[in-house]
Amino acid sequence: MAVGKRLQRKDARIKVTGKAPYAYDLEFADEQYLDIIRSPFAHAKIKEIKIDKEKLKTLGVVVGTAADIPGKNILHVILDDWPLLAEKKVNHVGEPVMILVSSSRERNEEARKFVNIEYEKLPTVFDPVEAKDHPTIHIFGTNNVCSYWQQKKGDIKNGFKESDIIIENEYRLPAQEHAYIETQGCIAVPQGHDSITVYGSMQCPFYVQRCVAEILGMDWSKVNIIQTTTGGAFGGKEDVPNQIGSLAAFGAWLVKKPVKFLLSREEDIETTSKRHPAVVRYKTGITNDGMLKAVQVEVFLNTGAYSTLAPAVLYRAAMHAVGPYRCENVDVQAYAVTTNLVPFGAFRGFGSPQVIFPAEEQMDRAAEVLDIDPSDFREMHLLHVGDTTTFGQKLTQSVGLEKTLKKAREQSDWYNKRKPSPSIKQILEDQKHGKYLRKGIGISTIFYGCFLGAAGKIMSRTGAYVQIEPDGSVRFAVGTTEMGQGMITVLSQIVADELGIEYDKVHMTPVDTSRVPDSGPTVASRATIMSGRALQDACKQLRTLIYQKITEKFSVNIEDLEIKGQKIYQKSSQKVIISVLEAIKFTYQERGRVAVSGWDVAPSTYFDNEKGQGDAYSAYAFCTNIVEVEVDTETGIVNVLDIWAAHDVGKAINPQTLEGQIEGGALQGLGYGRYEQIIFTPEGSILSNNFGTYLIPTTKDTPRIHSIIIEDPWSEGPYGAKGIGEQPIMGIAPAVTNAIANAVGIRLNEIPATPERVWVALQKKIQEDI
Amino acid sequence: MKIELVVNGVRYSREVPPNQRLLDFLREDLGLKGTKYGCDQGECGACSVILNGEIVTSCIILMAQLPPQSDVLTIEGEDQILQLLQTTFSEQGAAQCGACTPGMIMAATALLMKNIKANQDEIEEGLCGVLCRCTGYTKIYEAVKAAQRRLGE
Repeated sequence: MAVGKRLQRKDARIKVTGKAPYAYDLEFADEQYLDIIRSPFAHAKIKEIKIDKEKLKTLGVVVGTAADIPGKNILHVILDDWPLLAEKKVNHVGEPVMILVSSSRERNEEARKFVNIEYEKLPTVFDPVEAKDHPTIHIFGTNNVCSYWQQKKGDIKNGFKESDIIIENEYRLPAQEHAYIETQGCIAVPQGHDSITVYGSMQCPFYVQRCVAEILGMDWSKVNIIQTTTGGAFGGKEDVPNQIGSLAAFGAWLVKKPVKFLLSREEDIETTSKRHPAVVRYKTGITNDGMLKAVQVEVFLNTGAYSTLAPAVLYRAAMHAVGPYRCENVDVQAYAVTTNLVPFGAFRGFGSPQVIFPAEEQMDRAAEVLDIDPSDFREMHLLHVGDTTTFGQKLTQSVGLEKTLKKAREQSDWYNKRKPSPSIKQILEDQKHGKYLRKGIGISTIFYGCFLGAAGKIMSRTGAYVQIEPDGSVRFAVGTTEMGQGMITVLSQIVADELGIEYDKVHMTPVDTSRVPDSGPTVASRATIMSGRALQDACKQLRTLIYQKITEKFSVNIEDLEIKGQKIYQKSSQKVIISVLEAIKFTYQERGRVAVSGWDVAPSTYFDNEKGQGDAYSAYAFCTNIVEVEVDTETGIVNVLDIWAAHDVGKAINPQTLEGQIEGGALQGLGYGRYEQIIFTPEGSILSNNFGTYLIPTTKDTPRIHSIIIEDPWSEGPYGAKGIGEQPIMGIAPAVTNAIANAVGIRLNEIPATPERVWVALQKKIQEDI
Repeated sequence: MKIELVVNGVRYSREVPPNQRLLDFLREDLGLKGTKYGCDQGECGACSVILNGEIVTSCIILMAQLPPQSDVLTIEGEDQILQLLQTTFSEQGAAQCGACTPGMIMAATALLMKNIKANQDEIEEGLCGVLCRCTGYTKIYEAVKAAQRRLGE
């Protein structure tokens, strides 16, 4: 069996030797370079574009504006409000207005002198609460609200009436940069005006295919997208390559030559999507005996200038706003609001980290008021099989939540490490004796609605292609992508076991939109599960084709055959009929069909937004994070010592790549909670546009990360698996801040927990308490 | 300007613009694309190579800055420690997206060339100039330690 083993990644060797071809490594004959003229203003009318055509001609630079686009000037994501190039108005700093294409970037730079765009500045709004129902500034529709979701259960007013204690806070969350190490880039290679191929770094080739076809006004079947080795994505390459690929394609269409569009780090940080900043108002009602009576949440997601993925991101925020707990009275009102900042988008966790930080802070604060251990308080309310989520979905199987809590608590030695928070008096007394460092331990428990859920139902299908070769090796293709997470490896393991072939003999061909039909995006932890299911479908068909040939030769009953190891057995006699390899060779000799397509549609989901109830997701994954910190009471510096991350994933197809997801996600989550924030200027441009000003964790900031794997299988998943991309990042930030609270007795309503914030909160508490 | 240097054991004598970056010389002039672009500012470390025994970010080294007869080792080189680390990185799952991997392996190579017995703190110090956004560095530490064990045998 290949499934369940720590097999070496399929792409390991090519990556460690530097041979993996990323977009910027590709070269094409007569390739041209594309640059963008971008808006310097956050909100302005474009009054006039003046171009010195003679000068540009002499320079050999071709320019393109919105007026030159042959098809629709729309980058389709969900709501169709995002243009490829601004036409009458710009809505954020860095918005593309024109493209420049020539044989060198130096020429493009020179050409900027001969283009003059006249703007008339308009008033701006950057805060989502301010932008909602703004009287005069309209970026989207009449109220700037581009999406709305709600969760409703029971009677919220009554719930608070029956509560003894009410905890109410407003939380603020920053924009987080993906900081994938490979920047965005695409290369468009046209065949005249007849058809086009786009190569590039991306998560969702089928998104790019549609956008390029619509921008160029070309049949979709003439547009081919090939994913190049993708150097990290984390959601940042979900919808942004729609723009990057389409700009390159538009340039290639203009000059009828291959066009490269590769972003520098600064251009990438300044102009592409990030995690949505948010304002979350959270009210929790509890009784004196520790019952969670009522939860009311208002979410304002700042979407920036265009809606892009906000309706989908907001759906996840709304569904995850209360958490994996039983509560009878719930009211969640969630709004995505457009502002004059860069369009925000998908980022691992997809709207959930913005609500999980408040939710898990509130749970901890409730436990604190009640003087109950915060892990015990959570345990009192956890979901089990048979329970119903706050949005009314009954959980019928695969709920390993309690196991994650117990395992994380046990391995972290929680009860021994958890001490009461010190008083300010104690902290000051210790400081007098030169003791500044204080340890603390914190917890978060989360659930994750696996895959696209009801909001993305339409995209929730996958294709696969499997072909056996005469030498007994297998090639397969899928429409989901590898961006570092290990998909090629785990899918190869699944195919190996489904067909009874050695892992080393299974090979995935690069993702290419001409190989399999639209398989939806590679997001929402869905690749292993959904492409896995489509591959299982294909392999089942292939097994039948092989069995049919065997049946003819060995006069055995087709229902009586099974594959075990690498051999075909007769079930009734448990005799080996033939090896799989020989059977494949035989199938070829007999001119049997050797290639099949697989197809899968995700298990059904629905959500009624009028009622705020529904079966929101196909399955749920669960996680408990425990974090131990050391806080310097003099400087506010927080040193994170250990993270214990216990995940119920259904089944670990490859424990090594699974741990890789947990470890990497945990560190990104630590970045979100402790270091990372995009700083905007008062004019709406980005100040922290490189790794000197936007800090992500280095080896020096990395704690010991302990991955704990729980397998509570999901009957619909391949081998019981539920997916692991997103969960590792989701609950780390509140576990960190809860640990800080335990260490020094302060509470933060805003992350990241920078030394300044921690220090200021401590000083405030000193002043209040003394 | 004319420059003479050794890259991965091969001697080159070339005419180069003095303001050309070592990164571009390696990638464009020599076709050694294993050295990756990441930030242009020497901050991410993806372009790290070993120059005269020291780890450097090749995106902020100009050709004119190279000492005479410089010796450069890149991910395509045939050094014993480098190749062992390539194996242990593969075995331990230390490469995910792979964009930082060549730079990270070069930093680990430079570290072990100088200090084969580097402890956890020294490994962290040695690798802190290369950013990885995928792995949480955990499997990278395991890969370095696996290489140390084999070098010690």
